[in-house]
Amino acid sequence: MYRYDEFDREFVAARVAQFRDQVARRVSGELSEDNFKPLRLHNGVYLQLHAYMLRVAVPYGTLNSSQMRMLAHIARKYDRDYGHFTTRQNIQFNWPKLADIPDILEDLASVEMHAIQTSGNCIRNVTADHFAGASADEVADPRPYAEILRQWSTIHPEFLFLPRKFKIAVIGSPSDRAAMQFHDIGLEVRKNDQGELGLRVFVGGGLGRTPMIGKLIRDWLPEEDMLSYCEAILRVYNLYGRRDNKYKARIKILVHETGLEELKEDVEVEFERIRDGVLKLPDEDVAAITEYFAPPQFDQIPERSDSIEHAKLDNRSFARWVGQNVSEHSQSGYGIVTVALKGTGEAPGDATSAQMDVLADLGERYSHDELRVSHEQNVILPHVRLSDLKAVYDALLEAGMASPNAGLITDIIACPGLDYCALATARSIPVAQELSQRFADLDRQNDIGELKLKISGCINACGHHHVGHIGILGVDRRGEELYQVTLGGSGDEQAAVGEIIGRGFAADEITNAVETIVDTYLSRRLSDDETFLDAYRRLGPQPFKDALYPAKEAA
Amino acid sequence: MSTLFVDGAVHEDRWVSVDGEQPVPEGEDVIVSLAVFEAQSHALVTRNAGRLGVYLEAGDQIEAIADHLDHIVLVALDFPSFADGRAFSKARLLRDRYQFEGQIRATGDIRIDQVSHMRRSGFDAFQVSHQPTIDSLIEDKDSGLDLFYQPAVGDSAERIAGKNWARRAL
Repeated sequence: MYRYDEFDREFVAARVAQFRDQVARRVSGELSEDNFKPLRLHNGVYLQLHAYMLRVAVPYGTLNSSQMRMLAHIARKYDRDYGHFTTRQNIQFNWPKLADIPDILEDLASVEMHAIQTSGNCIRNVTADHFAGASADEVADPRPYAEILRQWSTIHPEFLFLPRKFKIAVIGSPSDRAAMQFHDIGLEVRKNDQGELGLRVFVGGGLGRTPMIGKLIRDWLPEEDMLSYCEAILRVYNLYGRRDNKYKARIKILVHETGLEELKEDVEVEFERIRDGVLKLPDEDVAAITEYFAPPQFDQIPERSDSIEHAKLDNRSFARWVGQNVSEHSQSGYGIVTVALKGTGEAPGDATSAQMDVLADLGERYSHDELRVSHEQNVILPHVRLSDLKAVYDALLEAGMASPNAGLITDIIACPGLDYCALATARSIPVAQELSQRFADLDRQNDIGELKLKISGCINACGHHHVGHIGILGVDRRGEELYQVTLGGSGDEQAAVGEIIGRGFAADEITNAVETIVDTYLSRRLSDDETFLDAYRRLGPQPFKDALYPAKEAA
Repeated sequence: MSTLFVDGAVHEDRWVSVDGEQPVPEGEDVIVSLAVFEAQSHALVTRNAGRLGVYLEAGDQIEAIADHLDHIVLVALDFPSFADGRAFSKARLLRDRYQFEGQIRATGDIRIDQVSHMRRSGFDAFQVSHQPTIDSLIEDKDSGLDLFYQPAVGDSAERIAGKNWARRAL
């Protein structure tokens, strides 16, 4: 993975010193909250309902074990002993004291981490496929591109005060595990017939109150032009994006209102002007960054591990976990382990400092010192020998992280909701907790099969409800929490925005409603192999409406 | 009261701002609004005495004056709020696309923590009202770093080996 060079180290250190000075000026009263706000936001410091919140960047979700250990240390020393992994592959600490934040940033810098541009109207942490460099279907590792974009976008002087935040995601496989088409810019690394690497570019995707699927703006962009093209898009957006209404300020609205063709023309004109300039990427520099992401030294080992096959026969829980949480690796004899931070009744994405320490140890010992954070709020051990799976499982079990539910109905995405967030209009964590208890039975979960359930506590859609196979949106109606249900959304390569199924449900009704939807699916599916999403696409909303609102039908 | 900084030093502002109905004073250096410029562009670019500047509000585009830049020696770009960053890209276009060599003056809501970004986007003059920012600029503190992850306007900075996009201030 990427390691800081002298330049990066100096940069982050200077940045910490700068922020330390700004915090001191705020604490002494020299800076008002108004004047401090833009400064803290560019350093990931939010003011939440009850306290400041610090969002730490995990660039494209990749970290090593010493970085994970540092996150545990920060949770223990400065927070209430836990952290929250987010849908943007970052981690949030909910209770730091403002005066401690410069020390936290210094601790982070010591392991090559920072919180730069994790908030504010600027280019945010660049995300990527959490199986990058490991999955069997990969064309090329997306992370070198994400790292170059991370560097270029860091304190870009022109793009720090955009109309609104700006999110970039990069994938390198035909399967989209990063919801790439729901980003302001989505990039897919591809190979052409000559074996050259380039990018397919999508623009104007997003969730929030106006969900949109990204539009294809360029089918083939040579890799050397990546920064020039992104700079052209950002410049056009910065000049023409709406600033009169923050809810219409994302680039998706500009694309929608201007039309893709006209916007594309502006982008291409600017791109042609700058493409042979200073942003052109020299092959050797791309190669040097790519070298950081070279695969670890894998051993030549058999495709099958007999000891694991025996252990699976002996231990049904282990077999279930392997079946659900271990994905195919590009390397024979290895697997990709998803550690689901979704135990029954837990807040999705939360991990205690002790759990983070266990994850760090496992990453170090069994996964070539690498871990990932997924946008589904889980932690990934990307390179585990199949013969080590039992040891990994046992350690996870002891630490309460062996939930065998990756990709199942209780692998829920949920935003922090009204329990923490100043924007929220309803709670999401208690809804997720109740659903995870209702569907706790593993046989039943396995019978239901792949089902993505996503919950947002307000219209801003941090819980990605629009792309949930079942999406839940909590709103406030006359002081009561009300939960709207959408069906049929999908964040993968067959991207779709879920459709609202009908009137919302009260907090004490929503779990029953989800159960009704699931039961309807189970009774109508063609076979066990037809997933919920496939069945919904075949059946349409009507059978689900009929089941959810029977009285209305009778009337 | 605002203070004008040009090339890092306090400067007496001799330019006269012209907006609305008032006539453009003969022989003076003037900064006219885009409306005035568009109404009188021929007369303005053919004046015999007095230099010409144009003031663009945040919603005005550079294209409106692009054909006349040979006759314009100053462009003032407004920041109605520190959060409105359109002028960063406009300054960039003036320097890079149109090779404009005159003064680019930032006006409006300017905070010290943005001045270094403005400089790197092409601004070389700042008309500042925010007192803490004026104090910091007088002390020559703009709070910027000396390391940059991207090339920018007028870079005399040193390139970083292996990172063609990064720069270190000389």
